[in-house]
Amino acid sequence: MTEPSNAEAKDQWQAAYDASRVGDGPFETMSGVPVDAVYGDAPFPGQYPYTRGLYAAGYRSKPWTMRMFAGFGTAEDTNARFKEILRNGGGGLSTAFDMPTLMGRDSDHEWSLGEVGHCGVAIDTLADMEDLFADIDLGSVSTSMTINGPAAMIMAMYVAVGEKTGVERAALAGTIQNDILKEYQAQKEYIFPPRPSMRIITDMMKFTSAEMPKWHSISISGYHIREAGSTAAQELAFTLSNGFAYVEAALAAGLDIDDFAPRLSFFFNSHSDFFEEIGKFRAARRIWARWMKERYGATSERSMRMKFHTQTAGVSLTAQQPEINIARVAIQALAGALGGTQSLHTDSYDEAMALPTEDAARIALRTQQIVAHETGVTNVVDPLGGAPYVEWMTDEMERQAEAIFEHLLEIGDGSILEGAYVGIENGYYVGEIADAAYRFEREVNAGRRIIVGVNEFTEGDDGKRNLLRIGPEVEEYQLKRLADVKQRRDDDAVRTVLDRLATEAADPEINLMPTIIDAVKTFATEGEIVASLEGVFGGYVERVVL
Amino acid sequence: MSDDPIRVVLAKLGFDGHDRGIKVVARILRDAGMEVIYLGLRQSYANVVNAVEQEDADAVGLSMHNASHLTLAPKMVEALAAADLDVPVIVGGIIPDEDVQPLADKGVAAILGPGASAEEVAAAVRSAVAQRAG
Repeated sequence: MTEPSNAEAKDQWQAAYDASRVGDGPFETMSGVPVDAVYGDAPFPGQYPYTRGLYAAGYRSKPWTMRMFAGFGTAEDTNARFKEILRNGGGGLSTAFDMPTLMGRDSDHEWSLGEVGHCGVAIDTLADMEDLFADIDLGSVSTSMTINGPAAMIMAMYVAVGEKTGVERAALAGTIQNDILKEYQAQKEYIFPPRPSMRIITDMMKFTSAEMPKWHSISISGYHIREAGSTAAQELAFTLSNGFAYVEAALAAGLDIDDFAPRLSFFFNSHSDFFEEIGKFRAARRIWARWMKERYGATSERSMRMKFHTQTAGVSLTAQQPEINIARVAIQALAGALGGTQSLHTDSYDEAMALPTEDAARIALRTQQIVAHETGVTNVVDPLGGAPYVEWMTDEMERQAEAIFEHLLEIGDGSILEGAYVGIENGYYVGEIADAAYRFEREVNAGRRIIVGVNEFTEGDDGKRNLLRIGPEVEEYQLKRLADVKQRRDDDAVRTVLDRLATEAADPEINLMPTIIDAVKTFATEGEIVASLEGVFGGYVERVVL
Repeated sequence: MSDDPIRVVLAKLGFDGHDRGIKVVARILRDAGMEVIYLGLRQSYANVVNAVEQEDADAVGLSMHNASHLTLAPKMVEALAAADLDVPVIVGGIIPDEDVQPLADKGVAAILGPGASAEEVAAAVRSAVAQRAG
């Protein structure tokens, strides 16, 4: 197949643009100068390998979604917040869970003290999930759930709530993060060892492919890798290679690539080095498209199009002079937009110290609204495409990422999935990330890098802080709620289903999802289900790497 | 005080998995000539107490990023005292200003926030150890 000429590619782009549902505009500058949708040469936006964007008309047809992540207190508190979002016209709910829930432990676990309901909502049993989504039609909303280690139990609860309210699982729409590899590499919210975890994820991919066509069973996340201290290229390479690893696992389980790949999505960080970030986003789309087509044999364009969510860099926020973080977030948000993100969360300026206050969260949302509506950057698709520095940076990010893929293929004996296992076991990822983090801190400490307000320009901090505090009532309420549910349920039924789950876990041929769904329906707690699987799979303690 | 290098046990307690800071601190203390025993994530009070005993440590460093410092740090101080171990507990991480005094009142020897320089981190450990020895 020969490459189309520039003129042919432009015609094809024009046809795709004309077929797009484009917004009203006006597509002109603030001063009234009309602007084209695209400038420069082929390949154009919407054309393989999608370096310049997934769609011909870019933000003219699909503005990015302003998806702000939130969660606090009890399920009832969060339910009230969800209803408010829906009343205001939002169709998407995004759920943050508290630490014990994320770690697969119940609110009455000894380590949960002081953590219940703090950084998200506490979910112990199906009863909490029913409260969380009370009076919400699960058939008409899309729900994003940020959870990994116990993702199967939380997804099972969502399915069970749907059934109880008359919504079939096939009608449920949403995303569960479920990216366990990056937990071992960076975020550290793992429960079981890597291989059994991957078995559960494969079970979930099979289950959702067969029964939940509107469900995204995984969101492959570099955000946490970057926050843990990686470079931009490491974030890019580790995230994409994790994506390849899930693809290899799904292929090995007999799934067809064009069945599941269109439902994979990604999540990146947007940090402060403006052009490096833009190059990273552009390189990500190109690498994914090439690997999906050339290495994994995808034929559908939808499998090759990498969709991603972006969040500004929490780790870049300073506790010193916190209000200047608003400027950092604005620059990072702009990089996300120029990189072509599908959705964006902007951090609040006070997040270096605590969960955001309502005022700070409002300013963060307003910041991306300014980027979207006042700067004009949405008028032109990939407006920086063709700029020599931007194209060079895109190539450079790709080059560095490819070097890391080679290393993984080498240690994995030709398999990225095996390379990921080996890299987790031998401390490759955590070592690389810790080295990068330490290098950065040394540079800041030596004054070779300036962090405004931290090692330069430090005058002017009045020391006043208005921080959000979570009171002890939430924990007291949740402990009582859990005790009540345990009192009311049929303990024999719980024991029977958990025993069955343990038996099935020992047989890798059995898909665990149906029994996990049965288990949550008996009001077995998240922690009990986890413990039953832990009995077979064991736990995981990471090798300490300094 | 002897000329032996200061020995510091570093640990993360409870669920908190944010380990970027504590790993950087481990290398800073090592570069400053101290011996560092990093226990890793999800440590119990008993594990830390055991490590201090076995390693004959001079100080304990905890890193906290989950807003549970007011619960966990004082318990660590109590657990060490209950084992008759007179070693200072130093806390690093995200600690709001108004929590500094309450933690000091409960026996936490020093608190290091984000932005503390390498020199400040090493000096805080040296000074906390010297005070106990003195």
